[in-house]
Amino acid sequence: MIGFVAWRLLQAIPLLIGVSLIGFGLMHLAPGGPLAVYTLNPTIQAQDIERIKIIFGLDQPVHVQYVKWATGIFSGNWGYTFFGGRPVLDVILERLPATLLLMGSALSVAIVLGLSIGVLGAVKRYSVFDVLATTGALFALSFPTFWFGLMAIFVFAIELRWLPSGGMWELGEEGNILSLLRHLVLPTMVLALVITATWSRYSRSAFLEVMQQDFMRTARAKGVPPAARLMRHAFPNAAKPLIALLGVELPFLFSGALVTETIFGWPGMGRLFVDALNMKEYPILMGMMMFTAIFVIIGNLLADLAIAAIDPRVRLR
Amino acid sequence: MSATAAAPQGQIGRVWTRFRRHRLALAGGFVVALLLASALFAPAFAPQDPTLLDTALRFRPPFADWAHPLGTDELGRDTLSRLLYGGRVSLTVGLVAMVTTVMTGALIGITAGFLGGVVDNLLMRFVDTMLCFPQVFLLLVVAAFVPPTLLSISLVIGLTSWMEVSRIVRAEILHLKEQDFVAAARALGASRARIMFRELLPNAAAPILVAATLKVASAVLMESYISYLGYGVQPPLASWGNMLTNAQGYFDTVPWLAILPGAAITLTVMGFNFMGDGLRDALDPRLRMDP
Repeated sequence: MIGFVAWRLLQAIPLLIGVSLIGFGLMHLAPGGPLAVYTLNPTIQAQDIERIKIIFGLDQPVHVQYVKWATGIFSGNWGYTFFGGRPVLDVILERLPATLLLMGSALSVAIVLGLSIGVLGAVKRYSVFDVLATTGALFALSFPTFWFGLMAIFVFAIELRWLPSGGMWELGEEGNILSLLRHLVLPTMVLALVITATWSRYSRSAFLEVMQQDFMRTARAKGVPPAARLMRHAFPNAAKPLIALLGVELPFLFSGALVTETIFGWPGMGRLFVDALNMKEYPILMGMMMFTAIFVIIGNLLADLAIAAIDPRVRLR
Repeated sequence: MSATAAAPQGQIGRVWTRFRRHRLALAGGFVVALLLASALFAPAFAPQDPTLLDTALRFRPPFADWAHPLGTDELGRDTLSRLLYGGRVSLTVGLVAMVTTVMTGALIGITAGFLGGVVDNLLMRFVDTMLCFPQVFLLLVVAAFVPPTLLSISLVIGLTSWMEVSRIVRAEILHLKEQDFVAAARALGASRARIMFRELLPNAAAPILVAATLKVASAVLMESYISYLGYGVQPPLASWGNMLTNAQGYFDTVPWLAILPGAAITLTVMGFNFMGDGLRDALDPRLRMDP
């Protein structure tokens, strides 16, 4: 197991280097370069830009700049924002809790719902429920998130007036848990829809595959009751592809959160990304690209380690 | 004398029979055909010029009069005409992006799978790296850098979504290149390029076709996302995404302006998704996922 963990950690290093190369490359391909905000500003003189270039070290050869930037990333110095000059990492971390709350609640709702629908569909294959669920999942996967969000706002916030249409708190109610929960319902529902659909499809096919295995027939033959067969025999084996899915889903969650946060005015990382894009805040954009990529690499790593912990065949390979 | 050739008539017939049995896929195919026809003949169907302003007739509700069957928007433009022309834009972007995705993905997948070794390793690590970034992030950053034209939007969507295709093609090539017909071609003295593109590629057509169909759906969705956020198709050119952005401002009073373009996107994406699912089942029963 230790060998496997070490090997898997080593594999993450080229990925991190690749990710940082792409992040660095994008920043330098941006029109106006990393200093676009200054070079495109007519009130700033040419000699000032030269001075800023030297301050930021942009007069040095590209590979020197890259090494400096990359070591900065790994030692926690992610650069400073153009407006306000705040450390980029602080700005991102400030928005992290809101996004984690939204992603966490959407993911838990979606996993519970999707898994139940998928397992039920697999157990009662080709039943009316199964056909409806698989068709419904394909419908759900075809909805543009933002349109579904707008429709949800229209029905539940404008017509029925049951729930607030956006934001995280009512004015003057910051810190009130009840107000937070009310604001959380709609964005969670919107973000969870697509994830539920994906999870129901994957868990259905994972369980169908496991239930055709010989050991399931053996368990049945020796008289294990259906519930125990499902929980003790099928579940651990079907869990593997689902854990892998959890790792793969991470990038989607970030992009789903981006759209959902924009519609609902949720003050998380997705909103930060869109705002930074509108203000040409390249340091924040690149910081967020790096942040999510590292998040995704860690997510995949953890998923792989969890699979190895469940299944000895994986770690002995 | 190619060892591959196209599938014999009997096989296409079998695929068609299997596809037809899939009722939702058939419905999806019908919707797609209808959408393509309406986009192609938009000028014939559209009751008005989609850019014609008529401020005397703002916010006409749908089905109120025959001049504007689906009503008008905040500038008095005819909604049906804008939907039809917007469909032209969205479908064009979707199809061009799909072609870009499939060509890039197939080229990288076939090169990696066939050459193997260091080339395979480098290309696949590049794929892994690209997959670490959420597509919407990459898409928005690059879209914000280049001037938004129909071609640039399609290319950007295509170039940020080819990774899955390359993985699918590579897996298929790894399996195919061990087959006898490849050894036969090699024995006959066929060049590497010939084996890759004349022998292997046609045999990998089935999964590529399925991926291509599903990629049109995701490209239409992506176009609507970035147009909605303002980095895609720019007004006055209508696309379903930017029609939604406009409609958002009048959402509480005239909801149909937002409902219609969203329904059009959903219908298109669903059509291609159902068709792709049916194609997957029809072309290769081994890949079956749904009943």
